[in-house]
Amino acid sequence: MITLGHYLVLGAILFCVSVAGIFINRKNVIILLMALELMLLAVNMNFVAFSAFLGDAAGQIFVFFILTVAAAESAIGLAILVLLFRNRATINVEELDTMKG
Amino acid sequence: MTFEALLFYFFAAVMVAASLAVVTLRNPVHCALSLVLTFFTCACLWLLLRAEFLAIALVLVYVGAVMVLFLFVVMMLDIKTLPGREGFTSYLPAGLVVATVMLAELIGLMGARKLMQGGPVRDAATEQGLSNTEWLGRALFSDYILPFEIAAVILTVAIVAAVALTLRRRPNVRTQDPAQQAATRKQDRLRLVDLPHHDGSKQA
Repeated sequence: MITLGHYLVLGAILFCVSVAGIFINRKNVIILLMALELMLLAVNMNFVAFSAFLGDAAGQIFVFFILTVAAAESAIGLAILVLLFRNRATINVEELDTMKG
Repeated sequence: MTFEALLFYFFAAVMVAASLAVVTLRNPVHCALSLVLTFFTCACLWLLLRAEFLAIALVLVYVGAVMVLFLFVVMMLDIKTLPGREGFTSYLPAGLVVATVMLAELIGLMGARKLMQGGPVRDAATEQGLSNTEWLGRALFSDYILPFEIAAVILTVAIVAAVALTLRRRPNVRTQDPAQQAATRKQDRLRLVDLPHHDGSKQA
């Protein structure tokens, strides 16, 4: 029988895959943004699983808000990316070091 | 093994494989398409959890809108100028170690074995004689009405910010100024002049 633990483990695997993705793709901003979306998806998976197994609507309502904020985040992130590419002609993270932070 | 368990394992396998493809493939277009597959499989899993509304919303919002935006940006940027994968192999060990340790910690923290003895999905909506959408809507428009409206404001701010960021004013391009057009009076454009007739006399 599929229980809450199965869904939580799946969410944890997804989260760790995206963490590894951020490590190994640290050159390309687009793939970094995609890994962030995957992370949010893993969190949403946990929320939906808890909501379904505990019979509480709050979890699914929260996923609704996370989806909203994630859509806004990716829209602004991609707009910044387009702007960056227009001004610098590169989206390589290594070359974006003007501030020497 | 029940049919539902079989479906869960199938979807979980597809989802993990697709997410691995997102972070390892070379071509960003392939990465974006793998991300579409991941989201779609996640929507299928949420259907198994009887969260129908969110499953459809995920397909509409992510596969329909956000992923199109990603593909649009990937295709707009020249793919040959995208950074290559130098350092892929040098970062791989660190990434693998961090991910593995984190996974072990998360699963240990959850006490997966204990949680796996839990009960089946509680279909709270059907217990109350409602559909999933109606169940969510009742909660959303009563207890969560303020967060709902704040979410709407956030989306509006995001639209304005995205447009304002990418808006480009080119110099030396003739553009219309709607305010100036609307404020124009007859006197600004029209001038009445007296023209003499061909015999030299003034017009009546």
